[in-house]
Amino acid sequence: MTMLRDIAVVLRSKNTSPFTYALDIMFKMERDYLQFKQRKLIDAQLIARLYALEPEQILDIIYFDPAMAIKICLPRSTPSGSPGDRDVYGAQQHAPLLDWQFP
Amino acid sequence: MPRFTILAPTAILGYGFPAASFQQGLSHEPDLIAVDAGSADPGPYYLGSGRSFTDAAAVRRDLAVLLQAAIERDIPLVIGSAGGAGAAMHLQWTLAIIRQLAKELQLSFRLGSIHADIEKEQILNAIQEDRITALQGAPALTKDTVTKTTKVVAQMGVEPIQEALQANCQVIVAGRAYDPALFAALPMMLGFDPGLALHLGKILECAAIAAAPGSGADCALGILEQDRFVLRPLNSERSFTATSVAAHTLYEKAHPTLLPGPGGYLDLSKVQFEELGQGSVAVTGSKFVPESRYSVKLEGARQIGHRSICIAGIRDPIMIASLDSILNEVRSAVGKLCANEIQQGSLHFHIYGKDAVMGSREPRKDQPAHELGVLIDAVAPEPSAAATLCSVTRSTLLHYGYNGRVATAGNLAFPFSPSDLAAGEVFEFSIYHLMATKDPLSLFPLVIEDIANDNA
Repeated sequence: MTMLRDIAVVLRSKNTSPFTYALDIMFKMERDYLQFKQRKLIDAQLIARLYALEPEQILDIIYFDPAMAIKICLPRSTPSGSPGDRDVYGAQQHAPLLDWQFP
Repeated sequence: MPRFTILAPTAILGYGFPAASFQQGLSHEPDLIAVDAGSADPGPYYLGSGRSFTDAAAVRRDLAVLLQAAIERDIPLVIGSAGGAGAAMHLQWTLAIIRQLAKELQLSFRLGSIHADIEKEQILNAIQEDRITALQGAPALTKDTVTKTTKVVAQMGVEPIQEALQANCQVIVAGRAYDPALFAALPMMLGFDPGLALHLGKILECAAIAAAPGSGADCALGILEQDRFVLRPLNSERSFTATSVAAHTLYEKAHPTLLPGPGGYLDLSKVQFEELGQGSVAVTGSKFVPESRYSVKLEGARQIGHRSICIAGIRDPIMIASLDSILNEVRSAVGKLCANEIQQGSLHFHIYGKDAVMGSREPRKDQPAHELGVLIDAVAPEPSAAATLCSVTRSTLLHYGYNGRVATAGNLAFPFSPSDLAAGEVFEFSIYHLMATKDPLSLFPLVIEDIANDNA
């Protein structure tokens, strides 16, 4: 079993607005990206399971060929900087993906 | 072949840059120096309070170099989202630094400042005329929200900056702006392709962050040509690579190929990144698609109270094992002691070492560390009420007699005295919506000022 961190060159999270953030995965090797794209290894069910959400809550999952990248958009649980927020920039929400062991 | 060269000194005005990189950039004879001075990333406080998230001395140090270089070479210097959030107070803060520097350095130039504050009346009218659209995740905008909002700005596009350039302003300080517009306004005016110009601006607004290794405090060079643009590093320690530029194209955007901005969107579905050697990357295929209805993005912040915090550590394994139920019981005890404060405000526990960063989305919250950090976060309408809520929560948690407790002296390790800190005003983003407008210029009034400091 390989973890996503072993084949990713970039794996990060960042606000895309005060109400949403995106997880970006970029691959080192084209064949890994193509395999992920072909087999749709990253889907709403997986993200929902990793982030304790319902699949309907996942806003978008987009495969982007020119960058060999996958972008996943999620709603924030609290708007950026509002009381109860935990990560104003949304920059530390990527860890569950790093350690995901893909089939 | 026409070329247009842009020097991007740093990711955010005030983050600094190496003198050698900047000199290297000047040796390429840039046609424009442009720098972004702000961001909504640091949260709603800065827009609402009128303060900058950058330091005045650091902004001054960067501006001294940029002003001298631009005046000496007779090229425009464009600064956007002045003072961090780009509202009137932030603009005045930046202009005061510039006027002072011009005096000290004996510089004369035409200064244009562009305001981005939006009057509530304009937004209420827009609601009435059905010109407001909520952005993904934002609630629909009500009149009540607009009335209670402390401050609203809109992100300007290229048009107001072009107006200032046409009025021969050499130094342009824009309030809140769409970052790529600072870089694209002049080349678009000269006839360069808007898609390439805006995509280049999208990358240069973060300067060397898009290089590898990335840095928020270094310069980058962009060369716009007819059918492509080229990014060049200005420091031998860094290069642009196809991956680093592609990664930055995706950065902090909801969609990788459709990037909305004022008046239209960038379509990057056909974009290609090509490494040219020596750390340079060429980009082709970026397209700008204008929209029939011109919209600007509104950002509003509303003050909701004041905050007091307390930081402490927990090392007791018995307490750590049942921390969830302890915190619930403490919350309910505090609810009785501070009924008013809790009702009008909010109380949050951030438990570092357990789930402080991800909350309910943390997959490993059942495996806490052997010691935990507790941050008590109390918000209430008045500073005194926030202090009361924080203090009562701290004392209740400190002495709480939980089930199975053996250490009866105290439950918290405080790193310092006093244990509680007043953390200032609290704001929330109350407006994050698109507003359609017929006139993208008149929303952003230009003020021209001729600065004369002749030492003759």
